[in-house]
Amino acid sequence: MIGVIDYKAGNAPSVLNALHYLNIEARLVSTPEELQPVKGLILPGVGSAPETMHSLYELGLVGALERKVLQEKTPFLGICIGMQILFEHSEEGDTPCLGWLRGKVKRFDDSVRIPQIGWNETTFSRDDPILAGLSKKEFFYFVNSYYVVPECSDVILATTHYGVEFCSMVANGNINGNIYATQFHAEKSGAVGLQLLKNFALIAGGDQLRLQSV
Amino acid sequence: MRNGIVTKARQFQNNIDIDRAENIANRVYSEQIDEIIFYDITASAEKRKIDIETVKKVASLVFVPFTVGGGIKTLDDMYEVLKAGAEKISIDSMAVRNPNLIREGAQAFGRQCIVLSMQVKRVPKSARIPSGYEIMIDGARVATGLDAVEWAKRGEELGAGEICVNSIDRDGTHAGYDIEITSLISDSVNVPVIASGGAGCPQHVLEVFQKTGASAAIISSMLYSPLLKRNYSVYEIKKYLEANNIPVRPWLENYSVAPL
Repeated sequence: MIGVIDYKAGNAPSVLNALHYLNIEARLVSTPEELQPVKGLILPGVGSAPETMHSLYELGLVGALERKVLQEKTPFLGICIGMQILFEHSEEGDTPCLGWLRGKVKRFDDSVRIPQIGWNETTFSRDDPILAGLSKKEFFYFVNSYYVVPECSDVILATTHYGVEFCSMVANGNINGNIYATQFHAEKSGAVGLQLLKNFALIAGGDQLRLQSV
Repeated sequence: MRNGIVTKARQFQNNIDIDRAENIANRVYSEQIDEIIFYDITASAEKRKIDIETVKKVASLVFVPFTVGGGIKTLDDMYEVLKAGAEKISIDSMAVRNPNLIREGAQAFGRQCIVLSMQVKRVPKSARIPSGYEIMIDGARVATGLDAVEWAKRGEELGAGEICVNSIDRDGTHAGYDIEITSLISDSVNVPVIASGGAGCPQHVLEVFQKTGASAAIISSMLYSPLLKRNYSVYEIKKYLEANNIPVRPWLENYSVAPL
């Protein structure tokens, strides 16, 4: 089963809809207990970095997530804010974040319309199982005012241009990494986004995650 | 949309029924539309809540951005729509009545969640309405005395993440978008502006992108209105924009993903 973390301000239902459409067994999780049995974790996000961090602490999820993702190496996919809070610090509300990946989160400068809202082209910098069936360049749907600046460029899996060239997807390692994150909304990026979510489910557990009763 | 059925109007009146909302949403999604917006047009006037069951049905079928508006008065109404699977909330008449709703919504759900939709009508320029466009509410029935450009700027300040400019004069006329007000507003704010009202052919969509700073354009009649001499497919529209150097999400040959 894939657990989609529901912290109320996020768009967890949209992600759950997409997984169910793909016949993938998934449920919303919002407590450390519910998190325990899952084979893969998705942290979706809309909203702000400070509120997301606050919600995760309030739900008591930070420790449980760290055990699951950093120690047990459960496959993890962060989306949008769920990507940004993986880094050490966000300019948004001057917020200390999880720090699983080294780097910071910056705001776009005012030379572009903020937030970025819309489809934009994403260029992948290397192969990865999560990109199976995708082309080297694909369009995804973005909604963001901030973007991540990783300290080590080897985690960058994709870049996109919006005023600046920014990192739009990360993966923590060339092989056997378990942390993925996208700035774009895969769950709202049509067939290409669905393919990416399906690839994540295959990484997390493959056929075992098929919904039995349809 | 009213009672779960998508309708087409002309200048916000004389609505005719087209088809069930989920059928149309599913069709345009598989034709590779970039985004879907639903207005429950009678929710406000009938003082009832938005048709949440239809929102849920649509959200389980389409995997592109989905904005919902109509009858949203409180943060709880917003949360209910988001929980049903929409990711953006459009507020219009209620935002004029209670501008704080924009601020509260942006604080609770992020500004990217809040689309300020405005019904604009051309009027003589005056000291009160210097742009010559006035904000109307309640299905274009009630004039507010607000200048459209001033209201757009105020909306941005209060926290709207996008501003949708609906021209009442052009609505359902198939005569093209109102270039003047779309341009005035997109030059006055730094959030993305969506042009709406009047598109009848791909040339109109091209024109609004070439002549204004709009980031997106709403079409509906072009896709399915029987009042139009001919309808257009998403494919035709995208190919036309691409050929004229407007960057769009490219149309894909294969747009289906097999379930696990």
